Amino acid sequence: MAELNTDGGGGKGGKKVRSKKQNAGVDLTAMVDLAFLLITFFMLTTSLSKPQSMELTMPDKKDVDVTEKQEAKESKTMTILIGKDNSLKYYMGMFDNPYQEVGPTDATYGKEGIRKVILQKMANLKAAGFEGKDGLLVLIKSTDEATYTNMIDILDEMAITGVKLYAINDMTDAEKEIMQ
Amino acid sequence: MAKMKKSSTRIDMTAMCDVSFLLLTFFVLTSTAKTPEVHPVDLPNSTKETKIPTSDIVTLTVDEEKVYFGLSGKDDKIDVLERMGKEYNVQFTKEEIEKFTTMENFGVDIRELKQLLAKPVGELMKPENHLKGIPFQDSLNDQLSAWVRHSRESTYARKKDFVKVAIKGNAEEKFGTVNKVVQILQEQRQNRFYLVTGLRDSDF
Repeated sequence: MAELNTDGGGGKGGKKVRSKKQNAGVDLTAMVDLAFLLITFFMLTTSLSKPQSMELTMPDKKDVDVTEKQEAKESKTMTILIGKDNSLKYYMGMFDNPYQEVGPTDATYGKEGIRKVILQKMANLKAAGFEGKDGLLVLIKSTDEATYTNMIDILDEMAITGVKLYAINDMTDAEKEIMQ
Repeated sequence: MAKMKKSSTRIDMTAMCDVSFLLLTFFVLTSTAKTPEVHPVDLPNSTKETKIPTSDIVTLTVDEEKVYFGLSGKDDKIDVLERMGKEYNVQFTKEEIEKFTTMENFGVDIRELKQLLAKPVGELMKPENHLKGIPFQDSLNDQLSAWVRHSRESTYARKKDFVKVAIKGNAEEKFGTVNKVVQILQEQRQNRFYLVTGLRDSDF
């Protein structure tokens, strides 16, 4: 800190000895540098260490009121089957008797795959006057061999496409068969 | 002769220093220190940004068909451990309870917890001490269910509040394991979960 020594090394000759003039200013540059370094560090670590989460509410298993069960139209019900090695299939309506005779169809993850399909179905239903809670109902079924990421991806698609009704169900044996 | 005014190259840093230390203090106080876990996992990503509550929360880490259990507060840990000790007939000393509260999470059988707590504090969180995870696959020795049940009872008895459950699954984990954990919790009518994920945008 150069400013602390301001006498300049003089003082020779027969001059009167004067008391040193103190400079009140301290060079704070280094201190500010350090402070900003620490600020940067804390800013980065705080925002990174806070993981996000996805809320999942499952239906209560016990005392299911039978009268509460609601009927869903075949054209509104979409089933997504998640299998191992990132395989994915979907169908509308019932498994044995799919809507418009279109059985389980292969799909891929991401915006060009299943998201397009879901948005298409939602648009079709919207044209017929079904929206929001009256709109598409998605049943998600996964084999045990599928990865957790696959399930999160599909749940994420629900959030992205804005499907209001979706549920995670167990696979039937026939569905397990085709996902092998 | 007009003298050129000598302008100083120095700037007064005092105000800047004040501001930067104010910010520094703010970040130090608001940040939560990242606590080490016995089994860190790679989280899957999602676009959802729901914040995870910091108190009254049970964190279940799921990986390689094993589950690790974590509680949030010190008081919660003490009370839940006492309740568990009563059920499994394990007596814990004051020092053992004190050591237990230093662990963020753990993955051992309750009957082996005493041996673990006999080790020095520095070794408690080492992964090799938590190789087996909490037993949950066998329905006769379902300790995961017991830990969660006691956490819920403890929180309700002391705070009249409901415990929240966060599931931290490894991205590559089989869905079957996660599903099994969810089923166990649903048996207790714990139907709401926070699935802990990383963040991504919807362009994938």
